[in-house]
Amino acid sequence: MDSNISKTVIRLEHIGMIYKTGAINYEALKDINLTIYKGEFFSIMGASGSGKSTLMNILGCLDQPTSGKYFLEDEDVSMLSKDRLADIRNKKIGFVFQGFNLIQRLSIIENVELPLFYAGVAHKEANIEAKKALRLVDIAESKENNFPNQISGGEQQRVAIARAIVHNASIIMADEPTGNLDSVRSNELMSFFKKINDERNVTIILVTHEPDVAAFAKKHIIVKDGRIVDN
Amino acid sequence: MKFPILLDIQSAFKTFTRNKARSFLTTLGIIIGVASVIATVSIGQGASASIQNAINALGSNLLIILPGSSNLGGVQTGFGELSTLTLQDAKAIRKLPAVKTDAANIRMNEQVIWRGNNWGTSVMGTSSTFPIIKNWPVTKGEFFDKQQDNTAANVAVIGTTVATQLFGLMNPVGHIVLIHNVPFKIIGELKAIGFNAFGQDQDDIVVIPITTMMEKIAGISWVNIIMVSAKSKKDTEIAQSQITALLRQRHHIPPHKPNDFYVRNLTQIAQTAGSSAQIFTILLAAVAAVSLLVGGIGIMNIMLVSVTERTKEIGIRMAVGAKKYDILKQFLIESSVLSLFGGVLGIGLGVGISDLISAVSPLHTILTIEPIIISIVFSVAVGVFFGFYPAYKASNLNPVEALRYE
Ligand SMILES: Nc1ncnc2c1ncn2[C@@H]1O[C@H](COP(=O)(O)OP(=O)(O)OP(=O)(O)O)[C@@H](O)[C@H]1O
Ligand SMILES: [Mg+2]
Repeated sequence: MDSNISKTVIRLEHIGMIYKTGAINYEALKDINLTIYKGEFFSIMGASGSGKSTLMNILGCLDQPTSGKYFLEDEDVSMLSKDRLADIRNKKIGFVFQGFNLIQRLSIIENVELPLFYAGVAHKEANIEAKKALRLVDIAESKENNFPNQISGGEQQRVAIARAIVHNASIIMADEPTGNLDSVRSNELMSFFKKINDERNVTIILVTHEPDVAAFAKKHIIVKDGRIVDN
Repeated sequence: MKFPILLDIQSAFKTFTRNKARSFLTTLGIIIGVASVIATVSIGQGASASIQNAINALGSNLLIILPGSSNLGGVQTGFGELSTLTLQDAKAIRKLPAVKTDAANIRMNEQVIWRGNNWGTSVMGTSSTFPIIKNWPVTKGEFFDKQQDNTAANVAVIGTTVATQLFGLMNPVGHIVLIHNVPFKIIGELKAIGFNAFGQDQDDIVVIPITTMMEKIAGISWVNIIMVSAKSKKDTEIAQSQITALLRQRHHIPPHKPNDFYVRNLTQIAQTAGSSAQIFTILLAAVAAVSLLVGGIGIMNIMLVSVTERTKEIGIRMAVGAKKYDILKQFLIESSVLSLFGGVLGIGLGVGISDLISAVSPLHTILTIEPIIISIVFSVAVGVFFGFYPAYKASNLNPVEALRYE
């Protein structure tokens, strides 16, 4: 693993984010500089409203910074079009959100197939990949055709992990993934993140405000009032 | 392997089957719209066909000549009341190059008596060419010939209604009847042709030679109608001008005076009626199409609701890599499938209504494939058109905001 750590995956240079709501400008991020290497398990902590999610959305190419430069695997993505960003999310990034965020109308397996569907992978192949990903997070085949509301919160979050890794994303962004789970389920879920990080060398960026969840990560930063205060 | 578009359609179907009542109500507008287009067009086409039949029933390339008002002595008399046409006029017309046959005729209402039975009917005096001009053959016996016409023979050919009224099931041919106290021998019975477009029983008729009619019944020397069959369709106009010129010459009408007769091209009149029936159909269909538009607005409304309800889903799809185009396509396919589904149900309903109208009313409906194809194309177009705005709205959502939506 040490040989991989030298490879830069993410580099932020003087990133700033200003939200405009009517006449008021709110500076949610100020001069963020950050480098993340391949295979790192990274945690972002901080008080509520400090800007963690804002940072996470920029890192995940869901949103664009108002200033600064963002290099993702050496490509400058701070100025790309929406469709190009969608492409990058599809190929390189997997998301796990606090609120599970599975599509309720689709079955478990269809939810996991979704990134492959948008990647243009043939359905048969997508189905095989989705099954593999589900096995990796210990979701039984018998539950594949259930709908999200027919399985537990912990299981839903594992399905979300399966969806995040199904297309061999190199980075997983998890924004408070354990926020809706009890401590037993939290630990169980975190062990899956750890397993993926260990076995597949996937870079994981985790936002949390629970220290025992953050303890799974190997590197930590703290955000306060839109700035990184501790590295 | 499945094609992505098939997956989209499949997913659209899933969405609808999850919410059957709403999907059905959404498409109700389209269903009613398409059904009314199909039903009205089938009624219109049925009417056009009836008119076409009526045109054919009028006979081939038919011209009719009516006596007109003449202002001899400065007195204008009404249409058809004047005795300006004579049998000699009819005979002269027959010799014109563009004219095939003619049948002058006079009609009078008379009692026809056979033994104890009598029946009031229309007696028509005409020429021996009548069956050719009118496309109206005899089924029993025969029609009178030129010889009988020229000699004012006391022979009659009767319609089936008259035959039934006087003779019941007996064969009337060979019997002697009294018309206007004059004995006539029945020599033939005309083929039954039923009611005309004006609801008159065309079989309630007795036909006798025009000379007999003039000499022995009416006691007059003029005719009140001359029917002429032109040699061909394109000869009708030539015949019309030849007849006009001939009659003006025969009646010694100076160039500056108007005609004392009318020449009418019945086929033209009937064709005009036919094309107005077509215009009427188009108008009806246009009104029905408006309800299709209203149906489209219903779809747009529901699709807008659906986009709002599924904001989170759209956010998730975008997060995992859906581009604008993917979202746009998804919602467009949903709205098109929805309205196509409505269109198919509407066609079923429209065909049913059309059959029902045919079965329970005197209107005759005709269904062709064109309005069905047009309806299908139109309902998909409605789905695409009215689905576009909601789909566009969905595709332009900001992924961060969409994901935050609860
Ligand atoms: N779309 C927006 N428009 C305006 N202000 C925003 C927007 N999104 C976030 N903010 C503001 O930016 C700041 C940072 O928000 P952010 O969601 O990043 O906080 P956070 O650290 O994730 O907090 P929490 O732990 O509660 O999730 C907050 O003050 C928030 O009100
Ligand atoms: Mg947050």
